[in-house]
Amino acid sequence: MHLAQLNVARLLAPLDSPEIADFVNLLEPVNKVSDAAPGFVWRLKGGEDPRDTVKHDYGDDLVINFSVWESRETLWNFVYRSAHLPVLRRRKEWFHHIAQPYSVMWWIPEGHIPSLAEGMERLELLREHGPGPRAFTFKDFYEPGASSGTDLYETAASS
Amino acid sequence: MAGPRIPAVSSDDLGAVAALNDPVRRAVYEYVISQGREVGRNEAAEAVGVQRTLAAFHLDKLVEAGLLEPDFKRLGERTGPGSGRPAKVYRRAPGEWQVSVPPRDYRTLALVLAEVVDLLGGDERAEQAARRTGARLAAPGGELGETLRRRGYEPYPEGGDLRLRNCPFHVLAEEHPLLVCSMNLALCQGLLEGMGRDPDAARLDPRPGECCVAFSKNNEN
Repeated sequence: MHLAQLNVARLLAPLDSPEIADFVNLLEPVNKVSDAAPGFVWRLKGGEDPRDTVKHDYGDDLVINFSVWESRETLWNFVYRSAHLPVLRRRKEWFHHIAQPYSVMWWIPEGHIPSLAEGMERLELLREHGPGPRAFTFKDFYEPGASSGTDLYETAASS
Repeated sequence: MAGPRIPAVSSDDLGAVAALNDPVRRAVYEYVISQGREVGRNEAAEAVGVQRTLAAFHLDKLVEAGLLEPDFKRLGERTGPGSGRPAKVYRRAPGEWQVSVPPRDYRTLALVLAEVVDLLGGDERAEQAARRTGARLAAPGGELGETLRRRGYEPYPEGGDLRLRNCPFHVLAEEHPLLVCSMNLALCQGLLEGMGRDPDAARLDPRPGECCVAFSKNNEN
């Protein structure tokens, strides 16, 4: 199984504004680190330019990161143990504080390329029902195949 | 669901730490961890100045105690048939051992407090406090490497930098990485400040399995 992750952030100002310029300029070096990181499988790209962000219909101020990794450890090492961390520390300069969960993970079969709609559904699932085997976080992490009584579909399928 | 890995206060940490009482064994242990990589029996024996069999005995005792973990690896250049069987090598085990007599448990409380800081969005205040603490911990004119060693960072030189092999806040950093790494950077900047040096020599440059802070040595001399 591979680990899919999606996270969203709401911009404080338009992407092409001077307030956000540092963030946009950091996209290329950070994407380079991500794409070369051990365990990186796939990432949804916004276009050919390494500074293109993911295009979507969820509002112009929403920036979406969507990627697939071989394991929790490889994703963790990219997020918190690489040049991505100093950039993550500066998030308040560019993004609103979101009180709801803004990052979600779930397991997918190897070779499956998840759709953006699927990812946004998982985020909704996490926001509505809290962490479970189908939508979880680093803090409340679920191993593949973990089942829970509240997940009716998976319980029915496994019995 | 994976919760925070907080070791029980009453686990056999004392047994693990007591295994270091023998001076030769302790020298072997300190040599292995100072290398930051796998170490073979011959190398450990030479470094400590004892017979290979004695080094092997202590290395295996350290594995038994949970302080080192073993592996098998082909050392040397030759591969394929005729290169001999893989040699036993040792590296630091991932667990941590803490002994306090009488029992004290600051880790659990620190985890609770970190969660509170997150909930209150108080990370900037936490960084300021960490910086003040760092400045208080350092002595003016002190030597950077020695100051960091005393705080458990295990510094080692690399290129023009001083890097840190050990994260003294490991359990907390696993649970609240953004907060703890930011506080750690602030603490290191405070240490520099307290020593009367340029705080900006410390920067965030994380790597898997190491501390998140590195120091540029440009202004060392």
